[in-house]
Amino acid sequence: MTALRPHAEDEYAEELALLAATDERPRPPGWRLSPQAVVTYLLGDGAKITPKYVGPRRLIEVAVSTLVTDRALLLLGVPGTAKTWVSEHLAAAISGDSTLLVQGTAGTAEESIRYGWNYARLLADGPSDAALVPSPIMRAMRTGAIARMEELTRVPSDVQDALITVLSEKTLPVPELNTEVQAQRGFNLIATANDRDRGVNELSSALRRRFNTVVLPVPASADEEVEIVARRVAQLGRSLDLPEVPTALEEIRRVVTIFRELRTGLTEDGRTKLKSPTGTLSPAEAISVITSGMALAAHFGDGLLHPGDVASGIVGAVVKDPVTDSVVWREYLETVVRERTDWRDFYRAARDA
Amino acid sequence: MPERLYGIRHHGPGSARGVVQELDRQRPDIVLIEGPPEADELVRWVADEGLQPPVALLGYAADNPARAAFWPFAVFSPEWQAMRWAVRHGVPVRFFDLPYAYRLTDDRTPDTPPSAGPPTAALPSAETAPTGSPSGTNPAASPAAPPVVAGTPTAATAPAGLPSVSTVSPGPSPSATIAPGGPPSATTSPPGSSSGSSPTVGSPAAHPPAETPARALGGEGAEHQNVEVGYVPADACSDSAPKSLVDRSGARSATPASADEPALVGEPPLVGEPTPGTEPTPAGGQASAGGPPTPPAVGQPATQPTRPTTTPETSSAPPDDTQPAMRHRPVDPIGELAAAAGYDDPERWWEDVVEHRGMPAFEAIAEAMTAIRENAPDDPDDLVREAYMRTVLREVRRTHDNIAVVCGAWHVPALARKVTAREDAAVLKGRKRAKVAFTWVPWTYGRLASWSGYGAGVRSPGWYHHLFTTGADVVPRWLVDAAQVLRAEGVPTSSAHVIEATRLAEALAGVRGRPLAGLAEVTEAAEAVMCDGEPLRVELIGRRLVVGERLGAVPDAMPAVPLARDLAAQQRSVRLKPEALERVLDLDLRRDIDLGRSRLLHRLRAIGVPWGEADTARRGTGTFREQWRLRWQPDFAVQLVEGSMYGTTVVAAATTKVTDAARQAASLGAVTALVEVCLLADLADAYPPVLAALDTRAALDADIGHLMAAIPALAHTLRYGDVRRTDVAGLSAVTASLLTRVCAGLPAAGGSLSDEAAQDLRGHLDGVHAAVSLLDDEELRDRWLTTLESLSRRADLHGLLAGRLTRLLLDAGRLGIAEVQRRLRLPLTVGTPPAHGAAWVEGFLAGGGLLLVHDDALLELLDGWLADIPADAFGDVLPLLRRTFGAFAAGERRAIGERVAGRAGAGRAAAGPLVLDHDRAALVLPTLSALLGREVS
Repeated sequence: MTALRPHAEDEYAEELALLAATDERPRPPGWRLSPQAVVTYLLGDGAKITPKYVGPRRLIEVAVSTLVTDRALLLLGVPGTAKTWVSEHLAAAISGDSTLLVQGTAGTAEESIRYGWNYARLLADGPSDAALVPSPIMRAMRTGAIARMEELTRVPSDVQDALITVLSEKTLPVPELNTEVQAQRGFNLIATANDRDRGVNELSSALRRRFNTVVLPVPASADEEVEIVARRVAQLGRSLDLPEVPTALEEIRRVVTIFRELRTGLTEDGRTKLKSPTGTLSPAEAISVITSGMALAAHFGDGLLHPGDVASGIVGAVVKDPVTDSVVWREYLETVVRERTDWRDFYRAARDA
Repeated sequence: MPERLYGIRHHGPGSARGVVQELDRQRPDIVLIEGPPEADELVRWVADEGLQPPVALLGYAADNPARAAFWPFAVFSPEWQAMRWAVRHGVPVRFFDLPYAYRLTDDRTPDTPPSAGPPTAALPSAETAPTGSPSGTNPAASPAAPPVVAGTPTAATAPAGLPSVSTVSPGPSPSATIAPGGPPSATTSPPGSSSGSSPTVGSPAAHPPAETPARALGGEGAEHQNVEVGYVPADACSDSAPKSLVDRSGARSATPASADEPALVGEPPLVGEPTPGTEPTPAGGQASAGGPPTPPAVGQPATQPTRPTTTPETSSAPPDDTQPAMRHRPVDPIGELAAAAGYDDPERWWEDVVEHRGMPAFEAIAEAMTAIRENAPDDPDDLVREAYMRTVLREVRRTHDNIAVVCGAWHVPALARKVTAREDAAVLKGRKRAKVAFTWVPWTYGRLASWSGYGAGVRSPGWYHHLFTTGADVVPRWLVDAAQVLRAEGVPTSSAHVIEATRLAEALAGVRGRPLAGLAEVTEAAEAVMCDGEPLRVELIGRRLVVGERLGAVPDAMPAVPLARDLAAQQRSVRLKPEALERVLDLDLRRDIDLGRSRLLHRLRAIGVPWGEADTARRGTGTFREQWRLRWQPDFAVQLVEGSMYGTTVVAAATTKVTDAARQAASLGAVTALVEVCLLADLADAYPPVLAALDTRAALDADIGHLMAAIPALAHTLRYGDVRRTDVAGLSAVTASLLTRVCAGLPAAGGSLSDEAAQDLRGHLDGVHAAVSLLDDEELRDRWLTTLESLSRRADLHGLLAGRLTRLLLDAGRLGIAEVQRRLRLPLTVGTPPAHGAAWVEGFLAGGGLLLVHDDALLELLDGWLADIPADAFGDVLPLLRRTFGAFAAGERRAIGERVAGRAGAGRAAAGPLVLDHDRAALVLPTLSALLGREVS
């Protein structure tokens, strides 16, 4: 039996071992690698170490330095910008364990951040250490490891605030037992939050102040993004057992171009400013537009990806708010798409969509 | 060796500190500084409290102020510190760079061909420059220019530079452009060669000029007169054995020393300003980057690539210039050193090895530069400049024993090299000099920074200022300042934030192996800790702190700036005298002189000199009439001094100001107003950027009302703009795109409006509708009417708009009478709330009763509809009608009544054949002919 998706520390165990063996720089207490080696692990060294994250080096350096200074790290970004991916690999490289994870949801309770009770034992023996069910964060504090908190801003504010003591005093009191759990050196927290969720459960300023924020951007260049999308689409196509659709690079490039232009509010040639729609138009959405277009083409079309196959998907991705977004989209169609002579087919298809 | 050579990096705070320390130690009895010798006399102002850096030396051709160059100095500029030191200690100062006068002379001698770039300094007069982006920036950009000088010492530069610049404007990043400046063209071979070239013996010509100016001015320098130079080998530096750079660089530690130097080079100073948009201008850019000479170093990497791109765009620029430059451009020494040391960003490397280590070892710098220059092609401009510098140096050696030389590190090896006076004379031979004048003008950190186009490596003047003025605790103090900036904007930032940011900055420096946190670290730390990753806050810190908003000042007694001279010349040419008493001036724009006056007054207003106030009260009398109230106030002189930062002529300064304003304008309305300013003041060069800004704002403005409000004025300009003989090309494209956006957004904007909003929108609709008919573009009109049609079918449309749209479409022939009658009936049926019906009728009939009096078809339609209303419903409709008709003037109401009454009886008569009284009609024909301008019969 093989896991559908192995943990980072298992999948890249060899690379981690290699780095640990050659790493001669000082390691902060509780760390398995030096900060520089962690950065190398994330970004690759062009040889044995594969890049896990493709993006600005300085962001990863800031993230690692934050963890060195025992400040908690908050990774912000629109969906699909590898926040979770980065946090998993940071945890794997620093503590060798990326599993101390709390998934934040609107229903996350304080027990999942602090501790819960084994009620059978609680009733039988009364409060005791044995009856205590530690949360991943509590375990991380005990072992001096990195804990991860996903989607922090989805968690209700009152629950979020349970983190304040943990992050500032580095301790977790257990009043029922009149004890506390003190964090061991090496403990830290990486939280991820969605940029677009701002204002839903905004972090209290007391909590916010305990985090250093790193914003993960969308890919910097069109080529980079096309490559990311094309690669993911190929992988997804295989895993979903979609019939082969001949290379659709041109359509991928078009989708990526449209998404980038709308996202940045500027055409690729830099000549025309545009309004941006409310949606995020992340690479992940481009991937899903292409994938569904390919499914359309394979099952209901002639097996080739045509502009019409992606047009409705694009409109669906762009127009999230029926009023403002449709203005944005129409403006874009009429002022930009229409002027591009080689986009005629797409213009027609998009008008009809 | 009587002299010590201090190779500095222009605008490098570390170099500045080092120079002061060394000067204190050396105690020279004369200081030579790389700069235009014509400005020697101005050094004494440095002692004046009124002269507050950042300031710039402004040099311009006495007969044509449009050709000018700036040499900016900040408090952290080594040259400035050297001047201050000298003034404080009573030591004479001489600028010993190639005189600016040489550069202004002819230009383009064949031999000097290449260095197109450098000239930057020269500013192209705005006028000349075509479209260039007018931005004031340019000037900044050019700073580097100094080098320029060198390069093209010959006049060539100037001319060439300009044009190209302007053209470029569209172009992109300034910096890139800049780089070029540096470009030393390889062509000439290294010094050696040059010397080899005809060494005429004393090239008297050269010297004299140089000296003269200086001396003349009475600079202290005067004492040493020149005379021919003996050939003195300056080998000052020689002792330090240059180890190969590489080695050093390789070893990090070693590097520091070497590193420093190289960078320096560029000459910094000059900026050429004039060029229109900084960015755009390639030339300017270049200059700056390099700091001129150096330029290569600085700008480098980036530049090169860019340059090419730009070039193509610049159509106007003489091709030769640019290209050659590119070809010859040597490698960027700093870039090489930095790369050897493992840095991808030469600036950071410079910071690490020089700025952060306190005192640069000037010997090490010289060594590194020597090694680099051995392998790098020389820029012919540099060779000429250096020949001149050596010449001056020789001369000074005869009179002084203890000399301090402060120049770009790039030049140190050349100054130390043994070259005979004869060889130098040969290089300098035959150069002509133009008549130039110099003065100090205020400068700003914003203009020093590359983001306003000054590419000479000063991307962060605020940070350098901080480094230079802050002794200890550089990082915490910086972050405290950052926190204060954020607090001032209402962002809660506690001391705890500062503490954590400081820790993070230091940890980052550790991770990156840097000795001390630099600008990158503090910025990233501030971003992560204090800004919560908000780009706006980061940008705020960048603007307020990293660049800084410091504005320099010059003493009141400073000699007149070229802008004031230009104004005086223009005042003479349009025969307007500045008078303190208010007087009224009537202009008829059909006359050339009045048109010129109007433009001058509008331009002055644009640069903040409101000499004339346009009297709007009388504006309605015709598009060709203008009335002004003139009053000259003494403080306008101050504004002219400030304005000279933007350009040396009224038109150039106005162009730059307007362009800047367009870039910073917050609202669409502000930009529309600037379009009008461009037209009124005839700022052709400001036009493209302003239109671009208009387009940008239009794209971003989500309020359709703003978009619609902008259209009528533009259409009006398009249609009637020719009264002022302005070129409106480009405007029609922008107007069309604006209308397209309105068409796309209008349907969404029409729903669920309150009464007030509907009223507003109706006004906009009428305005745009009228504008569309002015535009005379069938396709646009068609699109507009189609939009109106689809909008009019919306069920939730406000009554006022529905009525108005029906009327507009009826007038445009888009709706048949039958359809209009059907629609007319709907609002008055039971299903419609009375208020809606009333609004509908109001919208439909709006425009005054006179229309009803004269439009038979409309009246008939309305009459038929009224007569159709069943008797029992009439009572309900009556109040609605009264409401609309009540708004008409009494006379109109009566006329309508008469028409209706008359129609019943005499309708036929009105329609009957017209009987003309030809004799009476003939009486009006002469008048009609005069009005129409052609014979009517």
